[in-house]
Amino acid sequence: MSRIQGIARQNAEAGRKLLIPYLVAGDPNLASTVALMHSLVECGADIIELGIPFSDPSADGPVIQRGVERSLSKGTTLQGVLDMVAQFRTLNSATPIVLMGYLNPIEIMGYGNFVEKASNAGVDGVLIVDMPPAESDALYTQLQAQGIDTIFLVAPTTRDARLPTICDHSSGYLYYVSLKGVTGAALTDYDSVTANIEKLRGFTDLPIVVGFGIKDADSAAAMGRLSDGIIIGSALVEKIAQLADQEQQDDALVAQTTAVIAAAREALNNIR
Amino acid sequence: MVKHEGVGTEASATGVDGPEGEDSRFDGPDETGHFGSYGGIFVGETLIAAVEELAQVYKEVSADTEFWDEFDYDLKHYVGRPSPLYFAQRLTEASGGARIYLKREDLNHTGAHKINNTIGQALLAKRMGKTRIIAETGAGQHGVASATVAARLGLECHVYMGAEDIIRQAPNVYRMKLLGAEVISVESGSRTLKDAMNEALRDWASNVDNTYYIIGTAAGPHPYPLLVRDFQCVIGREARAQSLEQMGRLPDALVACFGGGSNAIGLFHPFLKDASVAMYGVEAGGHGLETGEHAAPLSAGRPGVLHGNRTYLMTDAGGQILETHSVSAGLDYPGVGPEHSWLKDIHRVNYVVATDVEAMQAFHQLTLLEGIIPALESSHAVAYGVKLAGQMDADKNIIINLSGRGDKDIETVARIEGITL
Repeated sequence: MSRIQGIARQNAEAGRKLLIPYLVAGDPNLASTVALMHSLVECGADIIELGIPFSDPSADGPVIQRGVERSLSKGTTLQGVLDMVAQFRTLNSATPIVLMGYLNPIEIMGYGNFVEKASNAGVDGVLIVDMPPAESDALYTQLQAQGIDTIFLVAPTTRDARLPTICDHSSGYLYYVSLKGVTGAALTDYDSVTANIEKLRGFTDLPIVVGFGIKDADSAAAMGRLSDGIIIGSALVEKIAQLADQEQQDDALVAQTTAVIAAAREALNNIR
Repeated sequence: MVKHEGVGTEASATGVDGPEGEDSRFDGPDETGHFGSYGGIFVGETLIAAVEELAQVYKEVSADTEFWDEFDYDLKHYVGRPSPLYFAQRLTEASGGARIYLKREDLNHTGAHKINNTIGQALLAKRMGKTRIIAETGAGQHGVASATVAARLGLECHVYMGAEDIIRQAPNVYRMKLLGAEVISVESGSRTLKDAMNEALRDWASNVDNTYYIIGTAAGPHPYPLLVRDFQCVIGREARAQSLEQMGRLPDALVACFGGGSNAIGLFHPFLKDASVAMYGVEAGGHGLETGEHAAPLSAGRPGVLHGNRTYLMTDAGGQILETHSVSAGLDYPGVGPEHSWLKDIHRVNYVVATDVEAMQAFHQLTLLEGIIPALESSHAVAYGVKLAGQMDADKNIIINLSGRGDKDIETVARIEGITL
């Protein structure tokens, strides 16, 4: 059983919703990421999605775009992201890490090379935004062989005919995109989320987590009620942006930044 | 490949036979949009349904003569096709070699080849019941061509354009506004064509129900490279028939500039099976390949994935897309259409470069010798074409695709040369 599957089962048994924060690796600088990750775990994160910065993030809204720009301006590379994971693992061997990003950096590193390094660093899952299952075979096979979970998205526009293929390729959890749009957009149509998650349950036993548009305790609770967990990205990255202006990053400042995740944890725990 | 043979033009009325010898290699892409290992569909899940729907609709219209009749009618009566194949006598004399013919896409309505594609895609948008058009643009030619067809069909039109390009191509920005389009300045990344394309993809994901995205070049997720090519193939079909009529045989070489590669593939594709016809795609050499400041992914890049397809890209060792440089905004793009990547690998097309300086010289040369002011994009093809002609015998014939006219570039040229207008 993979680390992600272990946490998912443990949470399901305890009736606890999965809380998955997303941050851009290297934002606002290379030194801050690992400290932020540890702080997120203290705030109650179950899994961390670590964004691999890419120069052309065409599925992301302005908040994450700026996070990516901050990170790249400090020289973050895919190799650097893998090093951060390895560093995080020296103090934490329990919390699963999912790398999320776009395909080109992995193409250029080479699939075999990437999978080996990711496995050695202690990566648990990979989610490539612009690689649908139909184009994923070569990378998918190698990730699965190393026991790294492959996570795919389902969107409100996804046709039913695609769901069996997406579910077949997915392991760990299924990421339901709550809205038609980019990361950080405003979520308004809760009814469609409810209906689509209900439908998805007919296709998979995987935990279904919801991302895009969850920005605070209220939306966390609302989406948590409908699903097995939630992802918070832009709302956290917006807080992290404020670190960029600080000369020194002490623990108090980091805790202030990740407080949005602690609030979401509390909101999720109060569902029932 | 669309079986549709020629548009209802005088050129196609000559009843030209198909290319000699069948080579089914060139009938791609496959069902899922691959040219060899290139192409495919690499977009976020939100857009998958939209590109699949477009592929389905395009498959249906491929066999629908009514659709192509309407396309042909628009090309003839609205665009003004066929465009002439013009023998450039003084340019030929100056080159001292092969006879140079210019395929005059600059004479099309809106001044470039881009309109061939937007006419076709607007018909698709109409058929799909979309009410809103979005487009990305670099030089502004595709933006103008998109705004034009949107105005004609009464569709709402939003054009994404890099902030840098808005400065470089001010006349086209005003033209789009006159046509009723909203021009949205893109401030992210390098603020050029690639960033405009990112922003258009974001818009499309956010408004996918009512919006049709008119991609301006033969790149992007399947079926765009296929359908843009098919719409642009009118260039090559006409040129092939006109060659037989005017030269009495096929040309010996074809030359076209390319950024994404739509005018090039449009000229080349109908000749791919004619083994005797050599082809040259001219990339933007910028300040020279050795400086790294250029936009020549096929000459100096490597395969990767961007904007929906696998293709040659300008990318650094870590997989980040590099900023490109070219004097011409329309060539300032770090990728190429996937079919070009494949044609490079199988050595069917030669990919070469012309630098900023060479393009500027060609701009003046053509203007002075033939009274034709070429777009800076097309000037790259002229630069290489003249050089190539000089190395060929006088009994050979080459066609240079004059993909657009240069009125839009006059301010840029004046600025570079220190002239105040």
